[in-house]
Amino acid sequence: MAPLFFKALLEKLNRGFWPYIIILSHTILGTSLVYSTPRSNVAFLVLITSLFSLYYFKTDSRFKIIAGAILALVVIPIVGVRNIFYLEVIFQISVFAALALGLNIVVGFAGLLDLGYVAFYAVGAYLWAFFGSQQYYVLSFAPGTQPSNLPFLLPGDAFYLFIFFAIIVAALTGILLGMPVLRLRGDYLAIVTLGFGEVIRVLANNLDKPLNFTNGPQGITPIQRPSMPQAVADWFNDLFGGIIGHTASIADLYNVMFYLFALLVIIVIIFVTRRLDDSKIGRAWTAVREDETAAIAMGVPLVKMKLAAFAVGASFAGAMGVLLAASRTFISPESFSFMQSIGVLSMVILGGSGSIPGVILGAATVTILNLQILQGFSLYLSELRQSDAIIPIINFAWRDLSTQLDPAKYQRLLFGLILILMMIFRPAGLIPAKRRKRKLASDTATAEK
Amino acid sequence: MNRFFLSINVRELVRPLGQLTLFSLGSAAALSIIVLIMALVLDQTIIGETLTEKLNVSLYTYTLINLPQVVLDGLTIGFVYAAIALGYTMVYGVLEFINFAHSEIFAVGAFVGVEILIALDQTGMLRNASLGMAYVFLIFAILAGMAAAGALAVTVERVAYRPLRGAPRLVPLISAIGVSFLLQDVIRLVEGLTTGDFNRIFPTFGNFDQRIIFGKLALGSTNLTLGVSIKSLIVIISAVLMLVGLNYLVNATRIGKAIRAVAQDRPTASLMGINVNRIISITFLVGGLLGGAAGVLYALKFTRIDPFVGFFPGLKAFAAAVLGGIGNLTGALLGGIVLGMLETFAGSYMGVFTMGAAGSEYKDIFAFSILIFVLIFRPQGLMGENVGQKA
Repeated sequence: MAPLFFKALLEKLNRGFWPYIIILSHTILGTSLVYSTPRSNVAFLVLITSLFSLYYFKTDSRFKIIAGAILALVVIPIVGVRNIFYLEVIFQISVFAALALGLNIVVGFAGLLDLGYVAFYAVGAYLWAFFGSQQYYVLSFAPGTQPSNLPFLLPGDAFYLFIFFAIIVAALTGILLGMPVLRLRGDYLAIVTLGFGEVIRVLANNLDKPLNFTNGPQGITPIQRPSMPQAVADWFNDLFGGIIGHTASIADLYNVMFYLFALLVIIVIIFVTRRLDDSKIGRAWTAVREDETAAIAMGVPLVKMKLAAFAVGASFAGAMGVLLAASRTFISPESFSFMQSIGVLSMVILGGSGSIPGVILGAATVTILNLQILQGFSLYLSELRQSDAIIPIINFAWRDLSTQLDPAKYQRLLFGLILILMMIFRPAGLIPAKRRKRKLASDTATAEK
Repeated sequence: MNRFFLSINVRELVRPLGQLTLFSLGSAAALSIIVLIMALVLDQTIIGETLTEKLNVSLYTYTLINLPQVVLDGLTIGFVYAAIALGYTMVYGVLEFINFAHSEIFAVGAFVGVEILIALDQTGMLRNASLGMAYVFLIFAILAGMAAAGALAVTVERVAYRPLRGAPRLVPLISAIGVSFLLQDVIRLVEGLTTGDFNRIFPTFGNFDQRIIFGKLALGSTNLTLGVSIKSLIVIISAVLMLVGLNYLVNATRIGKAIRAVAQDRPTASLMGINVNRIISITFLVGGLLGGAAGVLYALKFTRIDPFVGFFPGLKAFAAAVLGGIGNLTGALLGGIVLGMLETFAGSYMGVFTMGAAGSEYKDIFAFSILIFVLIFRPQGLMGENVGQKA
């Protein structure tokens, strides 16, 4: 009875002027909560979920766009500079959302399981890390032995250029890898991409000799950022300084800037994805995904289409890699492990492969689970450990709890559970892709005939 | 009693032994010839000169003298890969599905075996054990690891794969990846909570760490001891026993016939009165048993294990299964041995041949490169027939 009641309630609320009121009150509630209690996780969740009420409730599309823009471009930077941790979480969500949207093209649209997606991300990141740091002059030094006064090879503003280079290089890498292996059937392809991901990681780890390209396991640092004129900082502080409560430093503004870049990439990906999905290529991908044999019979150039999906997905990961290298100013092979690939995959699967809002929801959920809920739980446990509390019935003192039990380190458990449960109970994801709905609708239409 | 012996199919016992010997000798000989030729060619170049300067020995002699040890090491790891690869290949043969979680089933086997031995070690029984008892304990640990891994494999199939049978191909694969990740952290969690440390060390007992010395060879200004450690011998012998046993099970028993029937054509097998679900469970059980035993043997050979210990051996064993022709048991043996050999040869000689620019640290990606090449040029593997994708 209860689910029916909620459904009826939601339908009632989704009519007339109700959605506007709900969205506005949700957003204002979230903003004011975060603003007044900058340390609360609950307040942050209220603010973030307002994005989804914005997505869910039916309103005028102009209202949606304006509300979304205000939320993303004004509210979040202000709130984020007030408490820099929020900005970090939101930046991570945007980075992973962009990665997941890129992987979504490969997995969701073309149906190719890519287990080494992070490799392309690494290609982009190492590309800028090499050219945007002193690494070029470190080539002949073993890691740790270089003099400290080396110049930078390129100015920091070359960053913008390298976003485009990274797109090209990552796409080329994708094509080079894809050419031999895309003839394979799906499950072999999964293993080969996994292997490729590991190859890239091992190369990053070991290419510190004979020539020191990657600085080995220590990673490359410092990596340059694009320049930020003082005028921008002054302008930002003049405009928002009063609301934020303190003057934003250049470091804060860099965080805002990279968040905005990530947002821009997401918007570009969404745009490209939607255009592609409605195009000839998108229809060919769907055909390949649903039935390869039938697609070939219909004259779809199979390998070419798969290569296109691979290259497009890879290029976005490459761009995000450059962004990551610049925003962190440090990269090491550890950031590009197999676990990261599976993390991105679990975002796609959780949200719904092939569905853009689903994938963003998946990325947000997994990142928040990872960064806030698991870590909050870890903190809570370590507080318990320091207290004198005892679990009553089994008479177990919290302080005896093993320090190995640190939920923040159990991401694999999280990813594994997401993958298994989603596959068994809801393979289409939380927000299933529209195309599936369309297919079902046509099914019922033919049934009625 | 007599009738029991008469009913044993001797041919199926001897045949795999012959195959194993042939594969081992063949791959050892082929690879030895390749490295020796490379050594001869490179001897006159700067590479040979550098080595002569450093060790006072020509590259050719260096290669030749190291060969027996490399072959033995390659054989040991090759048999471990073969035992794991059989688990992949059996499941693939029956279900056309890559059991990604097999590497964690291997890890669970290793952990159960090592934990039992550590527990025995703490009671002092291992240290005071006679040589005979030491072997009894080891066999007990292997059996326990097998039992745990077998039970886990069946459970995983029941919980995470069976509900997905009939779904699109990628669905059970994604579920299997999930199981693999879940199990890694469950091992870590259990070990972390009970022992506080998830890196476990295989306890020292018995005579497993001793080496049988064949003699010494002069290598320039130093001496190279030629020998084989007892644990390597144990690994090889147990692996051979298991492989022969599995071959017998599949090729000479009723259950084996049922497994082959299900692999060939599931609906028809079902019509012939074979309980398909039971056979699939048995397949997972057998794969799990082999994986668990391989896990304990791996721990015996490499001493230190952690919850992620299964990942690389699992992937390499998969590469081995593909190399041999996935779904083909003999192919898995061949693939495992060849891959183990190739990897050890690469690990031992690449550093010398490239003057230290690329050494054994690239060993792990060697398997993947082979996998990619096999898939490009001979996707059906060395021994597989060319079968299209089943609908």
